[in-house]
Amino acid sequence: MGLGLVESGKMPKPLTKLLSLSRKYSIWVYQWGLACCAIEMGAAFASPRYDVMRLGVIPLPASPRQADLVVISGTVTDKMAPAILRLYEQMPDPKYVISMGSCANCGGPYWDSYSVTKGIDQILPVDVYVPGCPPRPEALLEGVVLLQERIQSEDMAERWRGAPIIVE
Amino acid sequence: MTAITDRQKLQYIAAQAADARVNVELETEGMTLNIGPQHPATHGTLRIVARLDGEQVIAAEPIPGYMHRGYEKLTEVRTYAQVTALVNRIDWLGSFANEVPFILAAEQLMGVEAPPRAQWIRTLLFEMARISNLILFLGDMAVQLGAVTPAFFAFRDREYVLDQIERVTGGRFHPNFDRIGGLKDDLPQGWLADTKATMDKVRSFCDEIEELLMGAEIFQARTRGVGVIPPDVAQQYGLSGANARASGIDWDLRRDQPNGMVYPELDWKVWTHPDGDSFARFWVRLQETREAASIVEQCCDGVPGGPIMAKVPRIIKVPAGEAYVSTENPLGEMGYYVVSKGDLTPFRVKIRSASFNNVSIAPWILRGVYVPDIITILASLYFILGDIDR
Ligand code: SF4
Repeated sequence: MGLGLVESGKMPKPLTKLLSLSRKYSIWVYQWGLACCAIEMGAAFASPRYDVMRLGVIPLPASPRQADLVVISGTVTDKMAPAILRLYEQMPDPKYVISMGSCANCGGPYWDSYSVTKGIDQILPVDVYVPGCPPRPEALLEGVVLLQERIQSEDMAERWRGAPIIVE
Repeated sequence: MTAITDRQKLQYIAAQAADARVNVELETEGMTLNIGPQHPATHGTLRIVARLDGEQVIAAEPIPGYMHRGYEKLTEVRTYAQVTALVNRIDWLGSFANEVPFILAAEQLMGVEAPPRAQWIRTLLFEMARISNLILFLGDMAVQLGAVTPAFFAFRDREYVLDQIERVTGGRFHPNFDRIGGLKDDLPQGWLADTKATMDKVRSFCDEIEELLMGAEIFQARTRGVGVIPPDVAQQYGLSGANARASGIDWDLRRDQPNGMVYPELDWKVWTHPDGDSFARFWVRLQETREAASIVEQCCDGVPGGPIMAKVPRIIKVPAGEAYVSTENPLGEMGYYVVSKGDLTPFRVKIRSASFNNVSIAPWILRGVYVPDIITILASLYFILGDIDR
């Protein structure tokens, strides 16, 4: 399938649908476990009770270069933030971000701490926010489902062309 | 003391060098290996910079601070009731255990004592926190050795314990349940019987892990004699908890200093191991999980009736003074030094967390080991990043 077809938005509807469907059910997640929320993420991704693989999500790729989705779970500190940005930039496009837990969303219980970054969305574009401290594993699974809906309804032409470059 | 250590260290390095004679002959070049801050083997965001000579570590330096959230400063602007919600998150696998020493310190300053029922339930939940913490260690240690299956077992069986904690506290692992002078709520109906049934599951998990791992040849080869910490070195670095007990130090604050808990009334045993290697640390924690299960069962049988809250004012003002209380948390000694000036908030809180000391031995213990052993040794030291960086 020629790439130009997708970029120009001329791909036939059924094909687009098929492509979105396959992308949606084969998300490779790079887990960025940072703090307490990482354990709930572990419970959602690795425990038999929650079992994220039934949603077509594959946890544990070896490197961010193989991942489509990164789950930022836990407290982001100012010391950690540059490393997160660096690995995020290594992920191939199209890439998605789930911010899990109050800490990653907005600072959470550390809203007045001197060393915590108040919200990962200051440095990365976030697709889905999962609130809670920590969110239950079910909440993270719902976040994944919401992201899948988003992928399904996404305008691929626009996404693959990237953000427009505005010259003033 | 130091002289002895140095001699031991020299002997150890000499033995390792004799082992790696090939390296010397081939004139290998040094290289620096950076592990972390994001690496599955570091339980979070510890960064280790190791200088290598071939497969051997010449020097290793842990770089903490990637999870520093400023607890000690934040406690100065939180009221006493709010602090427990914050300190829950220090050792996030055994959250309830973090609240207890702080509450005990505040109670000591105020001169109140929790009623017996609250003390029993505190001990009970404390041990359940220990179980939920150690179960994950038992599974995780296997992951670091290359066996993934035990981790799934660990997550499966940990859920049963979390279910019970959730039924009584409302939170899966940040309960925020302890109050100055008692507990927030009483136990739900039928909880004690269900908890005893859960403990059977914990015990069968321990048996399963023992059968799966302990006898396995790979497990033995990779842990026995690896990362040996002699008792005097353990003391010098201030190791506590199972790490110290695995080096043969018979020291457990639950027995030696049971302030505000009911351990003296229970029948249990402190496990130690003479070897001080990775295997010993695993073994001690496995036995402690079993012991904790039996403590929980005894607490379930022994919980007396009565109130769960002592008489305390609605607005808590702690009189001026200082108190240091430490307890035997899942990771080792955790203590709070609370200074009060009679305000709504503490004037200053110093947190002594176990993992910081436990991981500070890393440069000593990692010198001279092979690269794959870095992971095993760190896994067996068992630290939690929130507990290191706070
Ligand atoms: S949101 Fe809560 S549970 Fe999650 S990392 Fe922050 S403090 Fe921990």
